[in-house]
Order: sequence, then C-alpha cells, then structure tokens
Amino acid sequence: MNLSASSLWLIPALPLLAAAIGALTPRGGRSLASGAAIIAMVGALGLSVAALGTALAHPAAHLTDNFTWFSIGTDAVRLGWLLDPLTAFMAVMVSFVGLLIFIFSLGYMKEDANFTRFFCFLSLFAAAMLGVLVANSLLLVFVCWELVGLASYLLIGFWFHKPSAAAAAKKAFITTRIGDLGLLLGMLWLYHVRGTLLFYDGGNGVLEPSSLALLSHGKIAGGIALSTAIGLLIFCGAIGKSGQFPLHVWLPDAMEGPTPVSALIHAATMVAAGVFLIARVYPLMLADQHLANVSVHALTVVAGIGAITALLGAAIAVGQNDIKRVLAFSTVSQLGYMMLALGVGSWVAAIFHLLTHAFFKALLFLGAGSVIHAAHHEQDMRRLGGLGRRMKITFATFAVGMMALAGVPFLFSGFWSKEGILHAAHAWPVSQLPLIAGLIAVVLTAFYMTRLVAEVFLGSPRSDAASHAHENSPVMTVPLVILAIGAVLLGLIGTPAWPWLQSNLGGVVVPAESIFEGPGLMVLSIVLVCLGLGVGWALYGWRKRRDAFAPDPLAVAMPGVFAALAAKLGFDEFYALTFGRLNQLLAVVADGLDRWVWGGIISGVAWMGEALGTFDREMDESGLNGGFDAASEKLRGVGNAYSRAQTGEAHGYLRTLAVAFVVLALLLLLGGVL
Amino acid sequence: MNALPCTIYVSFTGALLALVAGTRSAATARWVALVTALTTLAITLMAAVSFVPALGMQTLVDVPWVASLGVRYHLAADGISLTLLVLTAIAATAGVLFSWNIEERTGEFFALYFALIGGVFGVFLSADAFVLFVFYEIAIVPKYFLIARWGSTNREYGAMKLVLYSFAGSALVLAGLLWAYAAGGGQSFGMGDLAAAAVHFTRAEQLGMFALVFLGFAVLAGMFPFHTWAPTGHVAAPTAASMLLAGVVMKLGAYGCLRVAMPLFPVGFVFWQPTIGWLAVIGIVYAGGVALVQGDFKFVSGYSSVSHMGFVLLGLAAANVQAASGAVLQMFSHGIVAGLLFAVVGRMVYERTHTRQLADLRNLPLHRLLPFAAVTFVLAGLASMGMPGFSGFPAELTILVGTWKTSPLWAAVAALGVLLAAAFTLRAIQLSFFGSTQPAVAGAMPAHPLPPITLAEKAGALLLVGTTVLIGLKPDLLLNWIIPSLQSPLYQVILKGGAP
Repeated sequence: MNLSASSLWLIPALPLLAAAIGALTPRGGRSLASGAAIIAMVGALGLSVAALGTALAHPAAHLTDNFTWFSIGTDAVRLGWLLDPLTAFMAVMVSFVGLLIFIFSLGYMKEDANFTRFFCFLSLFAAAMLGVLVANSLLLVFVCWELVGLASYLLIGFWFHKPSAAAAAKKAFITTRIGDLGLLLGMLWLYHVRGTLLFYDGGNGVLEPSSLALLSHGKIAGGIALSTAIGLLIFCGAIGKSGQFPLHVWLPDAMEGPTPVSALIHAATMVAAGVFLIARVYPLMLADQHLANVSVHALTVVAGIGAITALLGAAIAVGQNDIKRVLAFSTVSQLGYMMLALGVGSWVAAIFHLLTHAFFKALLFLGAGSVIHAAHHEQDMRRLGGLGRRMKITFATFAVGMMALAGVPFLFSGFWSKEGILHAAHAWPVSQLPLIAGLIAVVLTAFYMTRLVAEVFLGSPRSDAASHAHENSPVMTVPLVILAIGAVLLGLIGTPAWPWLQSNLGGVVVPAESIFEGPGLMVLSIVLVCLGLGVGWALYGWRKRRDAFAPDPLAVAMPGVFAALAAKLGFDEFYALTFGRLNQLLAVVADGLDRWVWGGIISGVAWMGEALGTFDREMDESGLNGGFDAASEKLRGVGNAYSRAQTGEAHGYLRTLAVAFVVLALLLLLGGVL
Repeated sequence: MNALPCTIYVSFTGALLALVAGTRSAATARWVALVTALTTLAITLMAAVSFVPALGMQTLVDVPWVASLGVRYHLAADGISLTLLVLTAIAATAGVLFSWNIEERTGEFFALYFALIGGVFGVFLSADAFVLFVFYEIAIVPKYFLIARWGSTNREYGAMKLVLYSFAGSALVLAGLLWAYAAGGGQSFGMGDLAAAAVHFTRAEQLGMFALVFLGFAVLAGMFPFHTWAPTGHVAAPTAASMLLAGVVMKLGAYGCLRVAMPLFPVGFVFWQPTIGWLAVIGIVYAGGVALVQGDFKFVSGYSSVSHMGFVLLGLAAANVQAASGAVLQMFSHGIVAGLLFAVVGRMVYERTHTRQLADLRNLPLHRLLPFAAVTFVLAGLASMGMPGFSGFPAELTILVGTWKTSPLWAAVAALGVLLAAAFTLRAIQLSFFGSTQPAVAGAMPAHPLPPITLAEKAGALLLVGTTVLIGLKPDLLLNWIIPSLQSPLYQVILKGGAP
C-alpha cells in the first residue's frame, strides 16, 4: 500500500469531516455521530498504514507537497504536507490508539446526555492531532497545535457543570498558551530570518543544511547562537503542551475530563505532541552542537528540563490518592523521560518511548476508566480495593500496563524503550545528572505503581461502590486486551537484538551496540525496578489497607515528605500567590486608572463644557437668533471657528458644526451630486 | 466599481425613507432599513467582483465643489477602501438584523443609523481631505443621538464622553489639515495635492501637522491613553450602535491615520513612529488586562475592542507592507468579530435577561436557555482570541510578522496580548453562558421564560460568523486587494517593502 505526500491531507480531513457531521447531528443522533467518528478513524488508520508503507520504502527521504496559503507583499506564506517515517509511525499510533479509545467511549459515555457532542469533539481532536503530524510547516503545526489545545479545552470542560472541570479546562488552555507564546515568538523570529517556515522545501526549508548553517552562524547577545534562541523558544511550546516543569501544573487537573479523554489526549497523544515537535525540528536543535564558544546548547536545556520533570512527576505521583492523578503525574514523569532522551541526543529513543508509552498509558487510563465506570465514579484509591477478583480482565490488562510502565524486564515494551533512554543518558558526554535523575525515577515509578495496583485491586472492598463493582461489557474490555497485547509486542521491534524501529525512524541502520553498551547499566536498572516493586509490596501489598480512613503507611513513616508530595509540592499555590496575584493587581490598577483618572478628567471637562455652554447661551443669544447668515459667516472664517474651539467651548463648536452641516449638505446636493 | 458612490446616496435616501416610513409603522421602517442595507451590500459586492487591484486608486467622481477654497467633490477607491466598504455594508446589514426588535421611534432610529452609515461610506471613498472631514463629522453626530436616546447604562455620560472625544479629535484633525492647506498655498484639499505640497514643508511643520492629524484620528481608533470613550460608549450604546461603533466607526480613525496622516506627512510619521508603536503595544496589553477584571459583560467586549485596535495601530506603526496589510485585514476582522460579540452580549443576552453583570449571569443556565447564543458567543470568542480558522488569526499573524521586522520587542509584548485575549475571553464565556447548570437555583431563574432567538438574529449571526470563517481560511480574498494598494507610490516613502 502506498500513499503519496499530496494525499496526506486526507488523514486529518476524515476525522474533521466526522466532526462536522457530529456538530450538525441533533442530540438524538447518537449512532450517526459515533458511527461517523469511528468510520473516519478506521479510514485514517488505513491511510496512515499506507503512508507508513510509502515512508518505509524511502526511509531517508522527506516527501513533501507544498502550496501557498496567502501572500503578503513579496513574501508568501506557504504550507505543506510532509511524509517521513516519523510522521508515518506517529500517525499509525495516533489513529490506532484513537480508534480503540473511540470504541471504548461507546461504552463509557453510553449514559451521557451529550454523547453526540462528545464524539464531535473527539473527532475534532483527532483531526487536529493528525494535522500536527503531517504538517510540513511550523505555521501549520502551530495552527493545528492551537486546535488541539481547543479540543482539549472543550473535552476537559466537557462536564462543565462541575466547577472543578470548568476551572481545569481554563487552566489547561491558558497554561499551555503561555508556552505557545514562546512558540509563536520563535516562529516569528525564524520567519524573519529565513522568510519561510517550511521544514523541507527542496533545499530551502528551515531544517535543511543551508538554513541550519546560517542559523548556527548568527549570534545574539550573551554568546547564544541564533539557532539556540529560536530552538529554545520553540521548546517553550513543547514545555507547555507536554506538561514539563515548570508548566506541568495543568496536566493533573486535566483529569477532570471524562476518562477516555484523559487516555487519548492527556496520556497517549496530545501531551506527546511537544516531544514530537522537538523531534521534528531536531536538526534545528542540533545545529548549535558543533559550536564550542557558546554559553549554552539548546539540547542541554532540554535534557535538564526533562530530567527535572521525570524526577518531580514520579515523586509527586507517590503522594496522590486519586487513581487518575497518580497516572497523570506518572505521565508528567514519562514525558520528562522522553524530553531527557531528546536532550541527550537520541530522538529515536524518545520516539520509541513515546510509542510504547502511548500504548501502555492508554491501557492504564482505560483500565482506570473501567474501574471508575464499574465503581460508580469512585476515583479515590482508599475507597476502592479488592477489584481484582471482580474485574478479572481489567485487572489482568492493568497489570500488564503497570509492568510495562514500571519497566519489568524483557517481556514488556516499556522496559526496552526506557533502557534505550537510560543508555543514551549514560553515553551523554556533558553530564551524568540526567542519568541519575532517571534512575531514581525508575525506583519511584515501580514503587507508586505497586502502590496503585495493591490499593485498587488487592485487599477487600472499602466502599459500597467497590463491593458492587463488576466487569464491564466487551466494548470496553476488548480495547483493553488489544492495548495490552500492543504493550507487550511493541517492545519486540526495538530491542537491541533487532532495532528495526530505530533503524527505520532515522533512515540509518542502527547497530545494536549503539543502544546497548553492555549489561552493566541494564542490570542496575533491573535491580532498581525490583527495589521499587519490593518496597511498594512491603508497604502496601504485604499488609493491605483495612478501611478507607487508615493512614497511608508512607504518611506514617515520613509525614512531612508525604504531605508535601500530596500537596504537589505547592506549585499551584506558589503560582497563585505570585503570577496570579501580580496579574490581578495590574489589571485592577489599569481598571482603576480608566475608571477614575481618565474617566475623572473627562467628567471634569464635560462639566466645564456644560457650565461654559450655559454661560455661553446667555451671552450669545443674539448670535443664535442671527441665524444662518451669521453662522455661515463663522464657517467662512474657519480660523475664527478653530480658535473658538480651542477655548474649550464645546457647545459653541458643536453649534458651528451643526450649522456647517446643513450648509454643506445643501452644497452637496446642489453642487456635487447633481 | 463606478456604482460605489451610490452607497452614500442609497444610505442617505434610506435614512429619509425610514424616517417617513416610521410615521406609518415600525415594520415598514424595518423593511426599508433592511432593503437599504442589502442594496449597499449588493453594490459593494458587485464592485468587488469587477475590481482590478492593479489599477490602484481609481477616481469615481471628481467635480468642483467649493471653488473658492479649491475643494473638489472627489471620490475614489482602491483595495483598502473596498475592503472597508464591504465591511461597512456587512456590518450595516447585520446591525439592521440585530435591531429588528426596536419598537421605540423605529423610523428615527434607522434614519440616524443610515445617516451614520452614509457618512462612513463617504469617508472610505473620499480622495479630498475636506470632503473626508465633512463625512467624518456626519458620521459622528448621529452616534450621540443613537446613544443618548436608545442607549442603556449611564447613557448620557457615555454619549457625552464619546462626543467630546470625537469632537476633540476632529478639532485636531481640522487644525492639522487647515495648517497644511494654508502652508501649501491654499490651493487644494486634494490628498494628492497636499502630499505633493507637503514635500516642501519644513521638518517642524511636518512634525506638527502629523501630530495633530494622526492624534485626532487615533483618538477615534481607541489609541491608549485616549481610549476610554470606547468602552463606556460601547456599553451605553444600543446593540446596533455598539456594533457600528466598534465595527466601523473605530475603523474611521484607523483609516484616517493610514489614508491621511501617514502619506501626507511622511517626515512627521518617521519622527513619531516609535511613540505610536509603544502606545499601541501598551494599549494592547493594558486593555487586555482591564478586560480581565470587568464585571459587566459588555465592558469585556468593549476593552477587547481597544486591545484589538491596538494591533491595527501597531501594524501602522511598524511601517512595512506586511504589517500595514495586516492592519487593514485586522480592521476588517475586528469589524466583523466585534459586531458579533456585541450582538450576542447586547441583543441576545441583555435584552432578554436585562442584566449584563457576569455575577448575575453565572447563576442562569444560559447555555440551556439560549443554546444558539451560547454557540455563537463561543465562536465569536474563538475568533476574538485569534484562533486559527477565523479571520483574526491571519490578521494578527501578519501584523506580528511585519512588526518583528521593525521591532522584535514590540512583537513580543503584543504577543502577550494574544495570551490575555484568551484569558479574558474564556473567563467571559465561562461566567456568562456556562456558569451554572442547576436549572432551579431559587430566585435565579428569570420570572418569565426567555423569548427564543429570532430568525433575524440567526441570519445576522450566520452572516458574521460566515464572513470571519471565510476570511480566516482565505485571507487572500482581501489581501489581494490590500497589498497592491499599499505598494502604490503614495506609500512608497513610508512603507518598507513597498516595491512590488
């Protein structure tokens, strides 16, 4: 099967069409809206697979199809489609995982009154996300990126009758837009320097060698290369969208959306868009690497942010009690790993982890959704428990996802993709700190996932909802099984024994030695995983929670640390106290200026004008009675009228004008028109 | 193309007819108004179809008027004029549709309404500075009566403030033009002649004349810190008047800056350019900040207008073809989007609920009571915050691209305004329409069921939404008219990148 770059637009167009159908369908047309959405995703998946076929036939090529959107003066704003293995692998993943989540939603959202609207928004999201992937222009990426943000806003706030959901939707949109501001500026700058935003354009694209040479030669203040500055501004967009420190605060709150939304958008696909973007512009990020006399390299910053995020997210996940929030912080942490991989120079490792993570994280979220659906929307782990016996398929598949995330060796895809990242971090010549952060996060990840599984599935039910839960219908469990299979098998295409994915992604054959330097680091990480699992089991599995009110064993052992983690290290409060306050203060000051200072001046002038006018009327009675002639006289003596206006006599001026109007209107009719 | 001056005469005739028809019945006056508006729309669209951008400024009428002063009734149009004429006709049509429910002195309302529209058409067609000024004044006076008689909140104050600012502005313009006329030998008010004469003015004269004329016009464009008439005026005005005020009248100011001040006094422009740029940037961020804390729904839209007009001024200040073409595109875009916002706030919501306080509205399940209004407002909000797919996105993008060439710092600060726009728009959307879903909070429900959205309102909303989406997807439709006009010899001196 083959698909040329010029037909690539069909991939996002199909779900967009489904979204339009959904938007026009009345509330009752449930099967029409959901049917259109699912058929469109099947179509998009088919086309993506065909695109993958084309891409694998030319793995080193960037097939493009460009066109002009509009022209401004001598410049033209050009957009285009891009087909390379990165696009194709991502598109297959997004449409496949998306399709499964759409199907799962049929069951999960069955009772929701706004079922049709939900599928309309889901399709809109899928269209925008696929648009990001196939775009051959930073501008087109930005356009779709904003639409992805919009769809995410609509879906997080889908249950807007919950104030927390409405607030979370707004927070997500605004926080990511802060990052987008950087992206926008980076884009403007790049356009200013290069006059185009196309990635590949037969040698003239911004990611092609001539452009990169130019960008890395230019220096700006502070010994920073031009490409570094632009790259870091683009990275700001990725920080926002991919929930990286310090803009990670929106992602956990985004869990207010329906669980399929969390799975699709806030775990598997949209949040990975930042990682994808950096991988897409990787040549630009690399452009400053050969420069020795610069103060910072772009990728060093990426690695640092990624390492902090990986560690921070994993630590905070330990202290959460809401099943979805644990998974949300785990997503933050895993995205940190991907950024770390990008930063230490291995975008292929990052994309491999992105793909495997999409499967097992979607699996975990849908598993959590299955639990929540069965337990009547109970999300507090302390009030669940014992579900393993009642929901065998969910438990089994969730356990697969948990082991993939924790990095249990050999059988699970997460192990191989995480190993790739750790090895790349180990090989990074600049610093070993990212590796250390990554290794600590390995322990924490294994620990909090053991805690999650033990609390939810083991022990005895600790609430009515949990004790009456039972397994969901096949429409929900079949996607879980398929994702679980994927979470295992996907690892096989990227092992050091057969690095097929890595070789095809980059278009260069990757020798096994380059992603596997020997057993030392792998043994260490396996030991660390076992440590995390063991401590988790000792605290939560060995002696199971008796009731919903028993204190957390970790809170007993380390109350201060646990409280800080449970409070998410206070980022929200810190931002509210600083930026929130400052912003509010400035707005209130500006409002006050407008109301009292500028408004007061005008009121004063108005009052003076009125007083003068009254005075004037008494004095000027004769002038008024004089009528037309006198006023026309005034018109001819424009100098006089002008000087009168200058004295502030608003009423006199007004009257002159009114008379002048009549005269001019007459002249107009007599002279000009007829 | 040659029929374009008829837009002026049709509007004034429509004003008289509406006045007469109003004495019979309100319904007749309404239909007269709608037919008048649609006629102007048809004229402008027909002109648009046959328009050839490359011909530049095309004279439509040129006859002596006040021979002793050298004033000629000279009307001409180029791509910029045409863009704004189409905008005016669309806004006028939508405004009539959203005023369908005016019962009090309907005839007089539409008479004043079309007197204003006629003046606006006149300004956009004038090639003689004196004629332009006359039409400009004609457009100001009806505003006062529309607000003072049919307005709402604090209407006398709002109307007085607006008129004082407008007249102060036009006094400055008049002074500047008379100065230039006198310094040029008192021969002609023709803009070409004035520009030719201005080449020989001293630097001091240019600086002074530019300052007077530009400032005078910029007041009406809502330039910081002379913007405060705009929000209070918008709030006080009846819906159709706010739509015209934000949609079209503010454009008069920006148009005057671009058409009169900048080409006539290029030396003055170069001197004042940094000041204008900074005031524009401050206005964008400042007004965005103020919009963030407003309790009155309509004030949010009012301040958002000031913020968006800041982008127009920034586009002019950046002084290159890209930014200036973006500024004209933004004039068009904002005209449509602001009209839509005010239509929802004033007509769809306020005239049904009789409150615009966000604190009151949040207790009403408005998205359920007025689903059409909710969807329209969400779309208007997205357009206002510059989402791709709506006209604001290519407009603001083009401005920012052009501004970056002149000053990356301006572009960076202005981009902050895009962020603020998202913040205050989302806040307004959530508080107004999606604040509550409890259908029966005691005392919060309106005593009577809200009247449903009428057909006229739906038609008006569709017209405006359709326009903003069309231009959002195909900005070329307008840019192909605008750019050749900016590349004309008139702008060669001040706009960089002018040579085609």
